[in-house]
Amino acid sequence: MFQYIIRRLLQTIPVIIGVTIIVFLLMHLIPGDAAQVIVGEGVPQEQVDQIRENLGLNEPIPVQYFNYIGGLLQGDLGDSIRSSRPITDEIFTSRFWITMELAVYSTILAVFLGLTAGIISAVKRNSAADVGIMIIALFGLSMPNFWLGLILIQYFAVDLGWFRPSGWGTWSQNVLPVITLGTGGAAIIARMTRSSMLEVIGQDYIRTARAKGVRERVVIYRHALKNAMIPVITVIGLEFGGFLGGAVLTETVFAVNGMGRYVIDSIRARDFPVVQGTVLVLSLMFVFVNLLVDISYRYFNKRIDLN
Amino acid sequence: MTLVNKTAVLEIRDLRTSYFTEGGEVKAVDGISLNVPKGKTLGIVGESGSGKSIMALSILRLIFNPGRIVAGELLYNGADLLKKSEKQMRSIRGNNISMIFQEPMTSLNPVYTVGEQIAEVYQIHENMNKKQAMSKAVDMLRLVGIPSPEKRVHQYPFELSGGMRQRIMIAIALACNPDVLIADEPTTALDVTIQAQILELIKDLQQKLHMSVIIITHDLGVVAETCDDVAVMYCGKVVEYADVRTLFTAPKHPYTVGLLNSLPRHDVDKEELEAIKGSVPSPFELPEGCRFAPRCPHAAKICFEQLPELNKLEDRSQVRCWIYTDKWGQQPEVNRTP
Amino acid sequence: MNEILPETRGTSFAPSTNRHGRWRSFYNRLSKNKAALVGGYLVVLCVITAIIGPYLTQYDPAKVDYSIRLLKPSAEHWFGTDHNGRDIFTRIIHGMPLTLSVGFFSVLVGAVFGIILGVFSGYYGGKWDAVIMRVVDVMLAFPGILLALAIVSVLGKSLVMVVIAVGIFSVPTFARIVRGSTLAVRKLEYIDAMRALGASDRRIIFKHILPNISSPIIVQATLRIAIAILTASGLSFLGLGAQPPTPEWGAMLNDGRNYMQEHPHIALIPGIAIVVVVLAFNLFGDGLRDALDPKANK
Repeated sequence: MFQYIIRRLLQTIPVIIGVTIIVFLLMHLIPGDAAQVIVGEGVPQEQVDQIRENLGLNEPIPVQYFNYIGGLLQGDLGDSIRSSRPITDEIFTSRFWITMELAVYSTILAVFLGLTAGIISAVKRNSAADVGIMIIALFGLSMPNFWLGLILIQYFAVDLGWFRPSGWGTWSQNVLPVITLGTGGAAIIARMTRSSMLEVIGQDYIRTARAKGVRERVVIYRHALKNAMIPVITVIGLEFGGFLGGAVLTETVFAVNGMGRYVIDSIRARDFPVVQGTVLVLSLMFVFVNLLVDISYRYFNKRIDLN
Repeated sequence: MTLVNKTAVLEIRDLRTSYFTEGGEVKAVDGISLNVPKGKTLGIVGESGSGKSIMALSILRLIFNPGRIVAGELLYNGADLLKKSEKQMRSIRGNNISMIFQEPMTSLNPVYTVGEQIAEVYQIHENMNKKQAMSKAVDMLRLVGIPSPEKRVHQYPFELSGGMRQRIMIAIALACNPDVLIADEPTTALDVTIQAQILELIKDLQQKLHMSVIIITHDLGVVAETCDDVAVMYCGKVVEYADVRTLFTAPKHPYTVGLLNSLPRHDVDKEELEAIKGSVPSPFELPEGCRFAPRCPHAAKICFEQLPELNKLEDRSQVRCWIYTDKWGQQPEVNRTP
Repeated sequence: MNEILPETRGTSFAPSTNRHGRWRSFYNRLSKNKAALVGGYLVVLCVITAIIGPYLTQYDPAKVDYSIRLLKPSAEHWFGTDHNGRDIFTRIIHGMPLTLSVGFFSVLVGAVFGIILGVFSGYYGGKWDAVIMRVVDVMLAFPGILLALAIVSVLGKSLVMVVIAVGIFSVPTFARIVRGSTLAVRKLEYIDAMRALGASDRRIIFKHILPNISSPIIVQATLRIAIAILTASGLSFLGLGAQPPTPEWGAMLNDGRNYMQEHPHIALIPGIAIVVVVLAFNLFGDGLRDALDPKANK
C-alpha cells in the first residue's frame, strides 16, 4: 500500500508538469501580440511595452517557462493586471475556499442523492420507482445547470423568498448553488450506482449469500453494495472535477465570489495571468483529489494485486 | 434398494419450475419426483440445459424473476418447503439444507475475508457474536483440510487457489451441520487432481456429519464414485432413475446408453468413443413426443407423437421410454435425417 | 434490459440470434428498447427541424422591433418575443442547426484526433503509448469545461472557436476508449495471423481494427454530442461563444436572465430547447449502447 502511494505520487509529477506547460502556453496561444491584446487598442505604445516587459514576454520561451516554474515553486502565480496584486493573495484569501466549499457540498449532495436513488432503482428494478428515478436522472443529466439555477432563483428565492438569490456564506445563500451544481452529478452517480448494483446482484457470490440464509436486505447492503461501490468511487472523483469546472457557471448565476466567477471576470477583462493562475490552481486541486480517489479505490478494492 | 427407502429426508414431488420470457414459457423443470434418502447420495446427471441446476436452486427456493416454481411439493422431513414463509425458508437455507456451486472462483464475496464469510453463517443461524463465530470458522477451516487455518481465516478469496476456495465453500455450507448438502457441479471448474480431493472431502464429511448429498453433475465418473442413486435428466424431465449399480450395469434409456458409450472405459476395448448425435433442442422448440426422439438411434413413429411416462421396471429402476412399454411392438424405426 | 435469466447462466435458454445478421439483431435489440426509439425519433425530428425549419418560419430571427418587445406566447408569436421584439419561436428554430452543428462538428474534431491518438497508442504500444497516454492524462487533469473555457479565452469569442475548444475537450475521452478497444482487438489471434501473413499495419488498422472498434466509438460519439451541446451552450451563456444577434440558445438564455421576474419565457424556452436536444442524444446513445454493446453497461 505504501509503495503504491509512492508510485502513484511519482506518476502525478509528469501530469503536473504537463498542466503547467499547457497553462503557460495559453498566453502564447493568443493570436497576435499578447501584450497588445491585453491592454486593448488605442493605448500608447510605451504602456504596451511596459506590460510586455512586466510579463517577461521579451525573453525566449523556454526561459519564460523556467521563470514561470521558478515562481510557482515559491508560490508566486504572478500579479493581476487589473489589481496589480499577487494572484496568490487574490485567490487564497477567500475565493479558493468558497469554490472548494461549493464543490465539496455539491459532491456530498450528489453522492447522497445519487447513491440512494441508484440503490432504490436497482433493488426495485423495473418498478415504477425505478422508471421514475431513471427518467428524473436522465433529465438531470440533460439539463444545463445554469438554466436550473435561474429557475431555482426565480422560484425559491424571488417568488417564495425561502433562500437568498445570490452570494455565498450563509445557509440560505448556499442551498441553491449547491443544488444547482450537484444535480447533474447526482444523476450520473445514480445511473452508475444502478448499473453497478445490477451487475453485482447477478454475481455468483450474491447467490452464495442467499443460499446461506442471509436476509435480502443484508444481501443488498452488506454483500452487494460494498462491491458495487468500487466503480462508483471513480465516478465520484470525476464528478468532483466536474464540479470545480461547473462552478464557473454556477458562481456566475448566483454571483458567488469564488474562483469560477473570478476566471470569467478575468477573461472578460483580458487579465490573462489571472486566467492562468486560476486554471492552474483548479487543475492541481483536481489532480490531488484524483490521487486521493485512486488511493482509496485501492484501499476498498482488495482484489487488485499488490504488486 | 434405496429408491423406495421410507426414510427420505427430502422428497421432491412433481416439481415444476418455469421461466417466463418474451419467447414464451420455458419449462426448465417439468414435473420431477425424486427421493433423497437419509445419509445417502443422489446424483443428478444431465447436459447443460437439462434443468438440473435450476432444480437444485428450486429446492432452496432461490428462483427469481422471470423464473417461478409453478407447482409441486418439496417435503423436507415431511413438511412442504413450498408452503413455508420466506423467513422460515431463510432459517432453513445454509442451516438445514446447504448448497455449494460450480464456480469457486466467483462464488465467494471478494471484499470479505473467508473467515468473515464462514462466520456469517453462525451469526445468522446460531446467534453467535462475531468473536465466537470467527473461532468456529477456524474450526471449520481445519475440518475441510485447510492448512494453518488461523492464518487463512483472515485472507481474502483472491489469495486462495480454486481448490482452496471450494473447500471454503464447503466450510460455509457445512458450518451448521445441515441434513442435506446440494453440490452443483462441485468439481467441474477444478483441476483433475483437485477434483478427486474435493469429492473425497465431501464423501468423508458426509460420513462424519451423517448428511444426505445431492450431487449435480454432467460427469458420470463423479456419479460412479459418489452416488447411491442416480437420476438422468433431459430437457427438464427425468428419463431414467435407478440405483447406481443398475444404471451402470443395465442402462435402459437410449440417452443413458449414449452417455455411457461416450465415456472412456478400461474394461472394454474400443477404438472410438461414440458421441450422441445432434444437440439439446432449444427450450422454445421442444419436440412434441419424447424429447430425445430426434437424437435417438431407436426412435419410432410413436416417439415423435407421444411423450412416454416414467415407468417402473422389474429391477425397480424407472425409465421414460417407449421401448420398455407394451406399445413397443411393431413400431417401425424411422430413418434419421442426416 | 439485456441479461435474461440471470440465474441460468451457462444453460442454453437464450434464444439463438446467430441466424439473424449482425445488423438485424442490432436493429431488433434497438427496436425493443422504447427509450432508445423515442431518442432516435427525437434526434431525427431535430435534424429535420434544423434542415427545413428555417425555411418555414415567417419572421426574421434577427429583426429588432421594439413595438412588439416582451410579448407573451400567443397565436401570433408561439413562444412570445424577447426584449428586442424578436420572435422567440423563429430564433429557436434558427438556433437548431447551430446547436446540432456545434455538437456534431466538435465531436467530429474530438473523435478524429481521439481515434488517431487512441489507435496509435493501442496498436503500437511502447513509447508511443506512454507519451500519448501522459498527454491524455494532462488533458483530463483540467476539470470539466475549464480547458474549453481557457482555450476560448485565448483564441477569441466565436462559435467556431467554441467548436474547436469543445472538440479538444472531447479528445482525451475518445483516445482512452479507442486505445482500450484497440488493445482488446489487437490481442485477438487473427490479428497476429494477419501480420504473419504479411499484411501491412495500415491494412490491419483500417480493415480489421477500426471496423471492430466502431461500436464503442459510435456510442461514445452520440453521448458526447449531448455533452458538447451542453458545454457549448454554457460557453455561449457566459458570453464566450456565439455573439449577438446569433440565435444561439445559451446566448438567448443569457439575454433572458434579466427578465426572469416578469417575462420568464425568454429564458425558459431556450433552456427547454437545450434539454430536449440533449435528452434526445442521451436517450439514443443509451439505447445504442445497449443494442451494440450489451455487456458494457457503463
